[in-house]
Amino acid sequence: MANILDIRRRIRSVINTRQITKAMKVVSAAKLRRAQERALAARPYAQMLTNVLKSLVARAEIYDPETGEPKHPLLAQREEENILLIVVTGDKGLAGAFNANITKAASRFLESKEGKNVDIEAIGRKGRDFLRRRYPAAKVQTRSLADLAESIEAEPDEAERAAAIQITGEHVGILGKVEFAQASALAQNVIARYCRGEIDAVYVVFNEFKSVIAQRLIVEQVLPIEQIGAQTVRLVEEMTEEEKKKAKEAAISAGVGMRGPQHEADESASQFGTAQVDYIYEQSPEELFRALLPKYVSIQIFRSLLESVAAEHAARMTAMDSATNNATDMIDSLTLVMNRARQAKITKEIIEIVSGAAAM
Amino acid sequence: MADTFKLEIVTPEKKVVDTAAEEIQIPGKNGYLGVLPGHAPLITELAVGEISFRENSVEQRLAVAWGFAEVLPDKVTILAETAERPSEIDVDRARQAKARAEQRLANGDTMVDVDRALDALQRAETRLEVAAKK
Repeated sequence: MANILDIRRRIRSVINTRQITKAMKVVSAAKLRRAQERALAARPYAQMLTNVLKSLVARAEIYDPETGEPKHPLLAQREEENILLIVVTGDKGLAGAFNANITKAASRFLESKEGKNVDIEAIGRKGRDFLRRRYPAAKVQTRSLADLAESIEAEPDEAERAAAIQITGEHVGILGKVEFAQASALAQNVIARYCRGEIDAVYVVFNEFKSVIAQRLIVEQVLPIEQIGAQTVRLVEEMTEEEKKKAKEAAISAGVGMRGPQHEADESASQFGTAQVDYIYEQSPEELFRALLPKYVSIQIFRSLLESVAAEHAARMTAMDSATNNATDMIDSLTLVMNRARQAKITKEIIEIVSGAAAM
Repeated sequence: MADTFKLEIVTPEKKVVDTAAEEIQIPGKNGYLGVLPGHAPLITELAVGEISFRENSVEQRLAVAWGFAEVLPDKVTILAETAERPSEIDVDRARQAKARAEQRLANGDTMVDVDRALDALQRAETRLEVAAKK
């Protein structure tokens, strides 16, 4: 029979752990709420931009009437030879399988593109660490996003590739406070590379977040833009029922609303730019279209960052909720073992006393 | 005719303004334009500049960098990449950015992207101007 003191010590340690996981769950829930709000705040802008672009598509001639080729380089479809993959993970761990799932999906995507050149932009420390162990860094590195936003030097010419799959940029520590300027800087860099023909397609792998119980891991095609306002998704991994159930329980106990931001999407935002009137165009529709399209790419990258952050907090909240539950179960079973041991000890002592008395 | 119109200024990060205004000056790409209620429908790209609008006879200013505006007779919607009230502008940072951009232009280095440097310079100057007027 185990030593009572040892068991008591273990119980105390598990109680301490439970306190930590509980606190982390509460913190994650608060952060999740904030991240949800931010994702919601970004929605009207994205919605309006999409609407204007859609209405411009109808008015501007974006395809060459003779050849049928798109006039804008961001719409041009090319044979996929060089691909850029943006991997969005979290900076921190202890979020269940959140980071592992993303890196797994990224690996699977890379396998499916075998034989092609892939540049990787890693966002988030966890994904960066994982990718760095596998793939070499490119000889020319994209500067960190903070620098990108500020720097105004022209990008150097492409150097030789380090390998078929290489990491061209690492962006760590930006997820704590995602700013549009950063997403925009990355988008500009990506667009420049795309227009120069260094890359033929751009994909983002990230965890999409509609609400706590509606998340999925997707690989989304950002460039070339196939259809404005529609997602081009290449690989999807939905949540399993069990995951959904767990996430739901965690959300309820943490008091986080289950309703995703999308239900509250701004009514007026969806009407922007769609009024059935003849607008005066200060610039020609073509010119407007050219100016807006890059913003569309920026907002898509911005959205994937925001949603990934929300998903990360949700994953951590769920993981910490199960950890707390597991700790409670463990405390219960350990208490049972301890009580049993104590009981056995008392019984043994009584037997000793009784047999001692009988011997006299 | 109504004497106000609905005004919304939206950035990717938040809705900055959602109010009823009597008049607005928009820094269009082809020059500033003033809008009163009942304006003809119009769509324009914005330049780097200053938006000023009158709400309950109080004038308010915002520094914007790149955006997009839709004008309807009873509503003006502005999508801006950044829109800052004078109180939100970091004057020191704007000053530093201005100095940096000026230096880059003065150096005449071939590595420098002149357009971007000019843009940065203009953004910084606008910020400083708006901040000074508060």
